[in-house]
Amino acid sequence: MQVPRNWRLQKQRYSLIGEVCEHCGVKLFPPRDVCPECSHGAQTLYQFTGMGNIHSFSQVFDPPNGHIENTPFIVALIQLEEGPMVTAQLTDIDIEHVEIGMEVEMVTRKMSDDGTEGMIIYGYKFRPPIVD
Amino acid sequence: MTGSTNIYVSGTGCTKVGEHWGTSLRHLAWEAVNLALLSSNTKKPDAIFVGNMLSSSLSQQLNVGALVADFCGFRGTEAITVEAAGASGAAALRQAILAIRSGEINTALVVGVEKMTDAVGPDVTTAIAGGADSDWELAHGLTAPAIAALIMRRYMYEHSVPTDGLSGFSVNAHKNASTNSYAMFRNLISNEQYSRGAMVSSPVNVFDSAPDADGAAALVITSSDRELVEGRSIQIAASNLTTDSLAIHDREDLLTFSAAQTSARYAYDQAGIDANDIDVAEIYDRFGVYAAMSLEACGFADWGSGWEMAQNGSVGLQGSLPISTFGGLKARGNPGGATGVYQIVEIAQQLAGTAKDNQVSDVKWALAQCLGSNGGTAVTHILNVVG
Ligand SMILES: [Zn+2]
Repeated sequence: MQVPRNWRLQKQRYSLIGEVCEHCGVKLFPPRDVCPECSHGAQTLYQFTGMGNIHSFSQVFDPPNGHIENTPFIVALIQLEEGPMVTAQLTDIDIEHVEIGMEVEMVTRKMSDDGTEGMIIYGYKFRPPIVD
Repeated sequence: MTGSTNIYVSGTGCTKVGEHWGTSLRHLAWEAVNLALLSSNTKKPDAIFVGNMLSSSLSQQLNVGALVADFCGFRGTEAITVEAAGASGAAALRQAILAIRSGEINTALVVGVEKMTDAVGPDVTTAIAGGADSDWELAHGLTAPAIAALIMRRYMYEHSVPTDGLSGFSVNAHKNASTNSYAMFRNLISNEQYSRGAMVSSPVNVFDSAPDADGAAALVITSSDRELVEGRSIQIAASNLTTDSLAIHDREDLLTFSAAQTSARYAYDQAGIDANDIDVAEIYDRFGVYAAMSLEACGFADWGSGWEMAQNGSVGLQGSLPISTFGGLKARGNPGGATGVYQIVEIAQQLAGTAKDNQVSDVKWALAQCLGSNGGTAVTHILNVVG
């Protein structure tokens, strides 16, 4: 993983900032600048709440580089409450307790580390919501 | 028909699929090219199109097009590499067809070559995962099997597929590969073995998942009518490439390969046929669930019921729609950017009647569909026998 590239994506990955299309109102994550629904420009920033539910999930036993240390880990497709689907890891939960439809919230955690450059990348993961 | 030029397959060749530790990328390519040229009347193509996916990351080699041209004795000939992740080989054929239809060239050599064993372990897993969205999928630890697993779990949930309901694809693939001399896995597997398979990325286990391998395949295609087998010509009746989002989270429907669906529809249109006319199909069975969704996308099964075709035997060599007739990606093996060319070599054999123990009877129309980036690219070709 290259340093400039991860620096560029830092803001979106730390706080789940996407975009909203001023033309048709669709909310976009990841940010993509051109609305896939109506092809107009969509560059107005939008802060997602970070709440969503699990659409699908998997436990990964055969990792790519940067994720070897925390293998096996759980990945999921999260449907955000504002609409978009996000791919992320789950944290603070065992695989036996994960279910489709389950509510989750976003937290910022260590995403990966690059063994060769010693660079640690932080970003969003999801966990069961902490209720007061 | 799009384009007035008739294009024929006049030569085919391929290497064994597997781990070729002692053979380099260029030697693999040459082995396949040599066989294709021997079986064709063509001695020198007008241009060379090479499908390759991983040489830049695993072999530190760019410009495989020029490398293959030079190494195969065609220094000076136009040559280019075509990359579309897992669909690279099929995309190379597509480009060759466009070039012939343009009128600039008459004869093309299409080569698919992949050398996975120039690296090992996580380096290979990471390189292959690059077919997905690198910033928004791979960065989170998603591998190719992990993406298939997310799709598979949802497929089984929404369509109420029983546990092991996708096993039929792997059992069929291994059965067909057992009589294919160039296949990687020639052992039979049972439903019980499938059930006990170790998890790669749950619920995808080792028996759901095609082996990444080395291999090369080559085709000579031409606008002059040449016979592959006495009295028969194999024609390319349709060719289409369609794209979708790379990332699966951006898809309109996670359980529809919409690029594959659109591509198949355009291809049927070009050929002037429909799904019912296809006698044999090589589809992208890299994972059992991809086989099921490809059958649905191509109109061979209703949405959500593709898996049943494997469970009821429809996809066997004697079934209503034989697939993976030489073992498919699952058991012939998946040499990345070469896979799409293997598929064409295989349906050409089915049409020519030279498939021996793997022959499907009375084949007039055959379809090959290859996917890249988990459905982000779909390439469909339809071939038929003329004369
Ligand atoms: Zn819009």
